[in-house]
Amino acid sequence: MSKGVGVNLQDVWIRFGEFVAVREANVDIEGGAFFSFLGPSGCGKTTILRSVSGFLEPSQGKVLIGGNDMAGIGPNKRPTALIFQNLALFPLMKVWENIAFSLEVQGVGTAARRKRADELLEMIALTGQGDKLPSELSGGQKQRVAIARALCAEPDVLLLDEPLSALDLKLRQHMRTELREIQQRVGITFIYITHDQGEALTMSDHVAVMKAGVIDQIADGQTIYDDPSTAFVASFVGENNVFRGKVKSIDGDSALISTNRSGDLISRIPAGAKGKLAVGDDAMMFIRPEALNIAGTKTPANNHITALVLNEEFEGQTFNVFLEGDGGKEMKMSLVNQGKARQSAKGSSLTLEYAADQAVALPAGELASE
Amino acid sequence: MKSQNLVLRIFLGLYLAVFFGYLLGPLIIMGITAFNSPGFPRATPWECLTFEWFDVLANDKRIMNGLKNSLIVGSGTVVLSVALGLAGALMLTQIYPKLRATFYTVVIAPILIPGVVLGISTLVFWDRLNIMLGFSGDSFLHNGIFLTILGQSTFIASYCMLVFLARLQRYDTGLTEAALDLGATNVQAFRKILVPFLMPAIASAAVLAFLASFENYNTTTFTFGKYPTLTIELAQKVRYGINPSISALAFTIVVLTIFAAVVHEVSQRRKQLALANGAPISAVGGSFQLPGFLRGNPAAIVLLVLTVGAVATISFASTYSPEACKVDVREQKRELQKQQIEKIQQQRQQQKLDKALQGPNIFGPDKSKVAPAPGAAPQSPGKGAFGGVFAPGNLDKATPKPESKIESPGKGTFGNVFAPSNLGEPAPEAPK
Repeated sequence: MSKGVGVNLQDVWIRFGEFVAVREANVDIEGGAFFSFLGPSGCGKTTILRSVSGFLEPSQGKVLIGGNDMAGIGPNKRPTALIFQNLALFPLMKVWENIAFSLEVQGVGTAARRKRADELLEMIALTGQGDKLPSELSGGQKQRVAIARALCAEPDVLLLDEPLSALDLKLRQHMRTELREIQQRVGITFIYITHDQGEALTMSDHVAVMKAGVIDQIADGQTIYDDPSTAFVASFVGENNVFRGKVKSIDGDSALISTNRSGDLISRIPAGAKGKLAVGDDAMMFIRPEALNIAGTKTPANNHITALVLNEEFEGQTFNVFLEGDGGKEMKMSLVNQGKARQSAKGSSLTLEYAADQAVALPAGELASE
Repeated sequence: MKSQNLVLRIFLGLYLAVFFGYLLGPLIIMGITAFNSPGFPRATPWECLTFEWFDVLANDKRIMNGLKNSLIVGSGTVVLSVALGLAGALMLTQIYPKLRATFYTVVIAPILIPGVVLGISTLVFWDRLNIMLGFSGDSFLHNGIFLTILGQSTFIASYCMLVFLARLQRYDTGLTEAALDLGATNVQAFRKILVPFLMPAIASAAVLAFLASFENYNTTTFTFGKYPTLTIELAQKVRYGINPSISALAFTIVVLTIFAAVVHEVSQRRKQLALANGAPISAVGGSFQLPGFLRGNPAAIVLLVLTVGAVATISFASTYSPEACKVDVREQKRELQKQQIEKIQQQRQQQKLDKALQGPNIFGPDKSKVAPAPGAAPQSPGKGAFGGVFAPGNLDKATPKPESKIESPGKGTFGNVFAPSNLGEPAPEAPK
């Protein structure tokens, strides 16, 4: 197992005319890691990937692969292989010819190519399907062929551009685990592009969350989820209830936010936002739906929120309650279904409580559009 | 409703009949003339089934030479036009969007320019260039084949480009990127990915280019020099009169075209049938395995019938001789001629008698002179009491074909229709 080759982006800017697609990207990807770029479509994550694979030269800054500057080196000379969003399997070649294409262009003989292709077909559990055309395979099979084709080139870095987006939900979930397994088996660096946070969180060692060309946060999945460093990350990754307000007081890690409609609420300042909040600043406070619960008492406290129940929804494992929230948005509370019959509280007021460290206070900023 | 439907159907049927008659009628008539024995191509009256016109065609050095030149020019044009068209189409898909419209107009312009202008300009340009370079008058820049290929390619390349453009619009440039990413050079990506993808378009463009070149006249007529193509030869022939060997040539071309179309259709249907029956795509194509799919494939049956028909016709033609039939027809005509001449002689005598009874007539002496020598009769048509309907000259015009056959069956391009000897021949028989 090779240790894998690291990738570094040093102050990378990519511009198309006036438009800045990527702004000041500084990323260090460890060799052998599974690294994801997560962001809404059009945020510049594919642009970053293309600059790593060599289809684009950064307007400014450096792309290093294994410590070597890649400037002026074309895609066919870089130790990377890209799996395209639409897979881009060669439609006129048989599956095994597709897989062994990288050997074909090196001038390897037919027998050797076929042998290598069969090995890879076995690895992706498609033994005996080598003589089919790509169009005869199912979506998941094509997916695996694309991976095998990329791996056949024995790249140091495998780049994946939303490869699962065309698959249906079941298959997508299955391919997530499969991709992760393949990555651990071959031990090379994977750089994965996705707008699906589930994919990013389940598979990656590290995730970079991007917004409009800017990388907001780079951290492992749990940190991204629990300790977002910007309002965008907090609202983009997972569901979150937002409370707008001003910082009333700060005491070490915790801050008291005077919210617009729910009074003063206590919350935690995550590591990424430390020092960025001062008393009197505009702030946003985020509480996950699953962190909310029905309060035992109705006595006002700085971790109690009272709101009107607008709607209720039973989802099987959870029971969702939608309450009148901040800024015209609904506030969501998810309660784990414990098999007890519940009384509807629709139309009445409920008092909710939360643990102080489950709420995060961040400087006010742009939220994800959803 | 039902009667209305019936009327509609009848009209539709009529319309279709007229439509297809208009399209195919001339071809059918022409096809028939190729097998009829008269020296001038015509379908009626049907005289004798003959294959001699195919012989005449095969032995016509000018037609065969024209055909050879056409094939050479066609092949050259295919190579040049497909290459130029592909280059133009690739350029058009990769050029800056702002320049695209301008570039498109420039490369499409030759289609809109009359072929005559292209022909003249090709000739003048290369002639000037030849003079500028100081080459002699018979340098390759003046070579008819060279000039014709260049002249035709100027606009045929544009056709090819349109074909390629249509195909390229469906090309996923991601495929080229994938190839590059997997380590292919640009040349390898072009050769292994783009060219195979364009193969159907290359084939259609080649066929289109060849047909356009083969049938081209107005550009070629300026550039052919010492190498007349088939169209040029045909045009020159028509100027001096034609014989059914032209029909034979046309018939051959039509049959080859139908045959090629049916072969194509058979292979297409076979593929579809195999796919519909669940055969994997990768297994379809390749070897020719017609009989297994013959059932349920009308095109295959048509192909089989056509093939059998062609083989039967050729073997029949190699043994069949129309001579007996021709002699028959000749005899029949001679009989008819004789009868008519006798009839006229009787009528003349009757006239003479009548006139003698009526007394001297100013035209009398002339008539008596003409009667024994019908060959000279056309000098005074319409002067007789019967308006010249039965004048010997008319007879001669109607019956020359068998006479020409006697002397040189199938020899003359012009059928000897109006040879003086034809007029003279019946004359000796007349006095009897």
